[in-house]
Amino acid sequence: MNSSAPFTPVIAGSAAAGSAPATPKNVSHRGGPESPTAGALRERFGAAVKRVDVVWGETTIVVDSRRLSEVVSWLHDEPAQRYDFLVDVTAVEFRDAELPIEVVWHVRSLPFRRFLRLKVLIEKGQKLEVPSVWATYKSADWLERECYDMFGITFAGHPDLRRILMWEQYREGYPLRKDFPLRGRFSRSEQLRQALSANPEARYSMDELSIAQAFEDLPDEMRRRLSEGEKTGE
Amino acid sequence: MATTKRTVDVQLSTSGLDAQGRPQRVPLVTDESGNVMTLDTPPGIEPELAGDHMLINLGPQHPATHGVLRLVLELDGETVVRCIPHVGYLHCGFEKIGEYRQYNQIIPWTDREDYLNSPGNNVAFALGAERLFGIEITARCTVLRVMTCELSRIMSHLVWLGTTCIDMGAFTPFLWAFYQREAIYKLLEDWVGARLTTTITRVGGMAADVPDGWVDQLKHFVRTFPKTLSEIDQVVTRNAIWVGRTIGLGVMSPDEAINYGLSGPMLRASGVAYDVRRDFPYLDYETYDFDVPIGTSGDVYDRYLVRMEEMRQSIRILEQAIARLPDGPVNIDDHRVVLPPKSKATSDMESMIHHFKQVMEGPRPPVGECYVAVESPKGEKGYYMVSDGTSKPVRWRIRPPSFVNLSAIPKMVEGHLLSDVIAINASIDIVMGEIDR
Repeated sequence: MNSSAPFTPVIAGSAAAGSAPATPKNVSHRGGPESPTAGALRERFGAAVKRVDVVWGETTIVVDSRRLSEVVSWLHDEPAQRYDFLVDVTAVEFRDAELPIEVVWHVRSLPFRRFLRLKVLIEKGQKLEVPSVWATYKSADWLERECYDMFGITFAGHPDLRRILMWEQYREGYPLRKDFPLRGRFSRSEQLRQALSANPEARYSMDELSIAQAFEDLPDEMRRRLSEGEKTGE
Repeated sequence: MATTKRTVDVQLSTSGLDAQGRPQRVPLVTDESGNVMTLDTPPGIEPELAGDHMLINLGPQHPATHGVLRLVLELDGETVVRCIPHVGYLHCGFEKIGEYRQYNQIIPWTDREDYLNSPGNNVAFALGAERLFGIEITARCTVLRVMTCELSRIMSHLVWLGTTCIDMGAFTPFLWAFYQREAIYKLLEDWVGARLTTTITRVGGMAADVPDGWVDQLKHFVRTFPKTLSEIDQVVTRNAIWVGRTIGLGVMSPDEAINYGLSGPMLRASGVAYDVRRDFPYLDYETYDFDVPIGTSGDVYDRYLVRMEEMRQSIRILEQAIARLPDGPVNIDDHRVVLPPKSKATSDMESMIHHFKQVMEGPRPPVGECYVAVESPKGEKGYYMVSDGTSKPVRWRIRPPSFVNLSAIPKMVEGHLLSDVIAINASIDIVMGEIDR
């Protein structure tokens, strides 16, 4: 039907010759076979690989936050690994406040049919900041924004780190943190008051309003604030 | 991306020319025989004419945004220069709520995220929770879940097909698609009593075994559905308007598609043969015989072709599943996780204790974490669960395929016309319930 084929098809598992994947059965809780990537990472990065766990058949690698970008771009580019698909970026905070907050990256290698979990632990009291992997994976854009939105973790190097699911003027904090109550931090009356007092002109962010014609139609006040470099429409 | 030139044999009810002999739609050109159309990709951004860029707000309440998606578009004439998506209007904190619920109590929430694929989400969550508990499900349950997943895939693709046809101006396929979707809803209703929010699984099994005669109804559906599918195929695939409005739009090359994290039909339309069912199998999918269709151009038309073929493959899988459906129990025989029958709870002391412990405290998985992904109709849907040994997860993370697919929309629409934004947006197959969660 299609006469021209400008794409060369990419077949997942093409590099994993002869291995037919099968549904995992009777997976052991701890201590199953380790992903071959773990050994390669230890060899290449030494002490930056802090810990390797195998839980329910999945290999988790705890890496040093300072060398995360290096590890991720190595995993992506190394011909023997080729982790080209970023599945997810998220974080875990435990109910025990003494435990570190974990930032989790799930990556897949489509050519080798491998799955890997990378973790960076942020100890209590440390700054909630990890490097962004956006330079390697464009899919990290929204995933990191969501993680920032929900946990307040800053991804250094992300080009446009702002809230995504909550609105830009949201001031109650970071909803998925364990110190955030299920019903929100503000009372219902306060939430209602804020909603009613919101400026309907703030539908557009300042950035969007700077698009030519719309800028001319702005009230003087907003034009002044925009020229001072304000980013959000409050 | 170099401009691609594709030829599709289209069927025209008319010559495609108006009274003056000009083509009725600009991108269409007829050859001498009158039915071969060569369509170029739309031109890129035209040289800037005098005048300002315009700000257009598309949505959040717009039927073509399939929910409450809002796109702020910067236009140069009719060409999109920049697209700024806004999501979050349906955010209700599913992941937060999940941290306050026992595992079986979370399953109803999974209905409500990607609500076109509720049974598939239920299966995905149950698979994840079972990994966390270290449970192996029964043979009958495995096959029933495969049926659930594939019915759910057909259901979701039919909604996609119908609504996308409406977006492109075709109404009839919508009615045909929804008629067949209704048949699947009837099957689900007979099984669990619910249509949209099915909550069809439990940790360790299913809500119920299929009722008597259900498999015969499924056989009837499997027999009759391909006819509707081929009718839609005849009306749409070579339709000049459809082809003219979908070809060459929103092209993603294989490398870009992988890098942007696209999954499901979006990724496969870009020529990447990655299917979770094939590459990271679950529910014994490796034992089923099915093909993974891939596209050759990565445009909206290819995404349509891939989804159509996936429905045919789902029918193939359903046929095989019907043939091999074994007898036996549906739920595992472990009353620490699965409730004993109600009759025993009132007559047997131990069963009553199990009932009490499970309802009041809930089953407790060991400390651990797992990420279990399934191939949902939208793409790779994964649940990442972390347990600290209590009956409620510390973290329940949904990996939403539409969310990641939608994040590539600025890349896909920039340089295209405003009217093509609708087609490209429709081709992503977004469900805002899943994006905003």
